[in-house]
Amino acid sequence: MIQSAGVASERRRVVVTGMGIVSPLGLGLEHNWSRLVAGENGFGRISSFDPSDLPAHVAGEVPAGPTGTGGLTLSDWVPVKDQKKMDRFIHLGLVAATEAVEDSGWKPETEEERCRTGVMIGSGIGGLQTIYDASITVHEGRARRLSPFFIPSALINLVSGHVSIKYGFKGPNHSVVTACATGVHAIGDASRLIMLGDADVMVAGGAEAAVCPLGIAGFSSARALSTAFNDTPEKASRPWDRDRDGFVMGEGAGIVVLEEYEHAKARGAKIYGEVVGYGMSGDAYHITAPAEGHEGAYRAMQAAVRSAGIDVTDIGYVNAHGTSTMADDLELEAVERLFGDAAGAVAMSSTKSAIGHLLGAAGAVEAIFSILAIRDNVAPPTLNLDNPSRESAIDRVAHEAQRRKIDVALSNSFGFGGTNASIILRRV
Amino acid sequence: MSEIADKVKKIVVEHLGVEESKVTPEASFIDDLGADSLDTVELVMAFEEAFSVEIPEDAAEKIATVKDAIDYIEKQKAA
Repeated sequence: MIQSAGVASERRRVVVTGMGIVSPLGLGLEHNWSRLVAGENGFGRISSFDPSDLPAHVAGEVPAGPTGTGGLTLSDWVPVKDQKKMDRFIHLGLVAATEAVEDSGWKPETEEERCRTGVMIGSGIGGLQTIYDASITVHEGRARRLSPFFIPSALINLVSGHVSIKYGFKGPNHSVVTACATGVHAIGDASRLIMLGDADVMVAGGAEAAVCPLGIAGFSSARALSTAFNDTPEKASRPWDRDRDGFVMGEGAGIVVLEEYEHAKARGAKIYGEVVGYGMSGDAYHITAPAEGHEGAYRAMQAAVRSAGIDVTDIGYVNAHGTSTMADDLELEAVERLFGDAAGAVAMSSTKSAIGHLLGAAGAVEAIFSILAIRDNVAPPTLNLDNPSRESAIDRVAHEAQRRKIDVALSNSFGFGGTNASIILRRV
Repeated sequence: MSEIADKVKKIVVEHLGVEESKVTPEASFIDDLGADSLDTVELVMAFEEAFSVEIPEDAAEKIATVKDAIDYIEKQKAA
């Protein structure tokens, strides 16, 4: 990926050996996947605050409930006395990171092993509710009463910090902030750290908890959220459908354990798949709107295919960025251009139709779904795609999951600012 | 135990998530009750809020144990 073709044989390979998800579908990798494949969704009227004054009333919130049933009981994951030192996005990041690290079975025992294990978990926005609360304290003239934990609670790189402290991972400790492309950038960049030899194991992904008044109001003002389905939450996220009117915000976290291939093999680790390609681009066009024909997305996908050294026809499944906004058809156009005559053979779906847009966590959760699509040879569905606004040769897996041969998958994430990232995963 | 001592104890239990039995007058916030430097800043703020007193930084630095806190607050309240 980072070396010229001539020395490709020396390239350090990066595989995924652990995964964790917390999303509006609940807690746990298999719980999320089985609900996703069954065509279920995680939407409802916003319950963490009263959204009546705002245009958008629908979101995907992580369900509360007893541990082991797919619900979140935070005290089982984060000690009560520590909870108030962290914003909710850190809580969710810790929950998913714990699942991923335990799933990988990686327990560094020597100082050298600890120093070769790093963390790169990002967030699109970070501690928005914490910043809101602190602002009120200052506004009320109580600045001297501001909690000493305000800053470390809100800072985006503190998920990486807390994970490193919890497990003693002393390698590179880094974070990514690229809005809705964060999750893919984190996994891609962390993979490159392993390829370059900076680490042997990296815990990577994204976490987000922006379903709060400031988050919903802010994206509403930007006219980005769905408002036409406030009374039918399960219908609000409808990528590519002609009646789509904006994205539905979700919260959660997706975390993977990335590991150098020989390192994983030597310890007999379970290997889910390999990170084989990664591509990035910038639109240089507009702060929120994608460029014409989503040409930046096209270049990111093209760069990912090139770095993977594969042919596009090897790709069996694309997990689209597909937010349920007007930009969906631009991404479709870019993917059609990428596949050319082979467009009829590939499946592409948007799992945001089931969990919403997890912003900085989206790319990580969707990369995990892509790996599971490879593992099980199943393309998860695009819900609510009743009447596509544009026809396409690409099968967008409307309504129901499909059994398909999938050995290679591509996942896209694009963010405000005109940042695009694509990642390619392969069966090992 | 005085009303102030009771209230101090309650605040410490709540903020540090420790068992009530461990919050003895001699207990040090950092050495015995698992607090770090940020926890002690927050504790002092909680005392200020609960007892409507000002605890200047140089005084706060000298409050290391539960008894230190109780004594300081009692003295302020008596003054």
